[in-house]
Amino acid sequence: MTEHKPLTGRARPDRRPHSLDEWRKLGGYAAVERGLKTLSPEQVLDMVDDANLNGRGGAGFPAAKKWRFMPKSGQSPGDGPSYFIVNGDEMEPGAFKDRVLLEAVPHQLVEGAILSAYATHSSEIIVLIRDAYRDAIANVTRAIAEAEAAGYLGRNVRGSGFDVKMWVHPSAGRYIVGEETALIEALEGKRAVPRKRPPFPAQSGLWGRPTTVNNVETVSCVSHIVANGAQWFRALSCTEEGGTKVFGVSGRVNRPGIFEAPMGTPAGELIEQAGGVSGTGVLRCFQPGGGASGFLGPDALDVPLDFGHVAKAGSMFGTGTMIVLDQSACPLAVIARHMAFYARESCGWCTPCRDGLPWVAQIMFRLERGEGRMEDLDVLRETVAIAGPRGRTFCDLMGGAMAPLGTGLARFGDLFEAHVREGCCPIARQYGRTAA
Amino acid sequence: MTLSTDLRSAITHVMDHHGGPRAAMLESLRMIQQAHGWVCDAHLEEAADILGVSNAEMEDIATFYSLIFRQPVGERLILMCDGASCYLNGGEDVRDAVMARLGIGFGQTTPDGKYTLINICCVGGCDHAPAAVIGRDRKLVGPLTADLIDEILGEAAK
Repeated sequence: MTEHKPLTGRARPDRRPHSLDEWRKLGGYAAVERGLKTLSPEQVLDMVDDANLNGRGGAGFPAAKKWRFMPKSGQSPGDGPSYFIVNGDEMEPGAFKDRVLLEAVPHQLVEGAILSAYATHSSEIIVLIRDAYRDAIANVTRAIAEAEAAGYLGRNVRGSGFDVKMWVHPSAGRYIVGEETALIEALEGKRAVPRKRPPFPAQSGLWGRPTTVNNVETVSCVSHIVANGAQWFRALSCTEEGGTKVFGVSGRVNRPGIFEAPMGTPAGELIEQAGGVSGTGVLRCFQPGGGASGFLGPDALDVPLDFGHVAKAGSMFGTGTMIVLDQSACPLAVIARHMAFYARESCGWCTPCRDGLPWVAQIMFRLERGEGRMEDLDVLRETVAIAGPRGRTFCDLMGGAMAPLGTGLARFGDLFEAHVREGCCPIARQYGRTAA
Repeated sequence: MTLSTDLRSAITHVMDHHGGPRAAMLESLRMIQQAHGWVCDAHLEEAADILGVSNAEMEDIATFYSLIFRQPVGERLILMCDGASCYLNGGEDVRDAVMARLGIGFGQTTPDGKYTLINICCVGGCDHAPAAVIGRDRKLVGPLTADLIDEILGEAAK
């Protein structure tokens, strides 16, 4: 089982984490010993590159490519450490995959972080975890303390000559903290406002030092790649993107949950694993990768879920945690809640986001109540055109928010118009407001 | 209204070990809140003093991060998820029921000081939707039903 579910196969059903000894009995920390003693940082990096590990936080950027921007030991300008940061600020609507990795298998994360820090020539690791994940904060903190006591962290790790320290930074709310440059600002004790790029974090990150930020799931993959090789990791996947993926399926399904499956598993199969569509039992649409991914329809159930294929299908793989809507669920209502969420979570720096999103949210709720006007649809379309992907803001918060709105308008244009024409939600009229 | 010796040394420890005074600001506020439930002016100023930052810088952080409370909160926090998966599973009906039971809206505390109700980003409990996290230990509860709400509120009343 653990071979096909390397990330979650060892997790206990009640999510009680392993002690260091228990973890070592399951093979834990062998990759760290071997990696640090027999491989150079470049060799670890090359393995991750060969493994085709794409970042699991949402953007899908190749992990090794990001790592290569980091200066080698002794080649970074000025004095001070390079930083490796683990992003555990999971707050995307519909995303609940990092929670299990943090809570149930924290030693896997510590192992991955040590090897990632080694490959990126970083000597300090910070794990930022959101406030609501208190068990995760406690479990990762304990795992770090155990690893330190056993000599896997600290000076001269297990006699390898590599020095690295690691600690947890518990956060205190605000979705935008999960944006990598906003996260760096947060760690510097500032308001979490994203930075303009360039410079990228690898050039000037935390405290102006070279910094890499990776998602919890990405980092959790690394020890497996080092332990079993790049080819093994690639072979786990159905597509050219390596590994398994910790998928989530929620919304209108009978048994919502987390399912680790080969990268590229089609949505239809995952919905089946989740007990099938609930409510009417008939799928209307789904968002494949959390709140900021565009809607796909029943025609996309066979699309292999990975970054490349989902992008080709017109959406974004994002966090790989899908939100499912059946026929009795109104996409406008879901979009309205997403817009309200992103409006509230804007850091407020860029005008289109700060002022545009509340406006869009208001229009969406007006439409849902049946009080919308046809001109409202023009305003929504204009906003998508102005602020959509690659829009005019420092970060992707607003661009991401425009994905469900833009694809919603394109896919469900008739439904938007019907809300205006009929003065009510036609779906709610047929099925009731919260039919589930 | 002064910070305990333990808290003062914990703040100093974070400052010395985890990146200096600025980096320790949020953690200081979190630790104060963990001990006192919220962050009052006197505590904020004292922490600023220990770290050697201005009160304004401290306030800047305290008011940006939504889960640092600058006013008293109830003995029991109820942080209700407003994510889409919770909505799709009747989260708003549960929300309305909780609000009606407590007679308060989001961001408010019951007059007896028992409960504070807050809406929060997706709590990562979509497999338990509609979900909430409750109390200082942020225990995940769900799927929320009328019965479960009674239980949560009853538990808090003990």
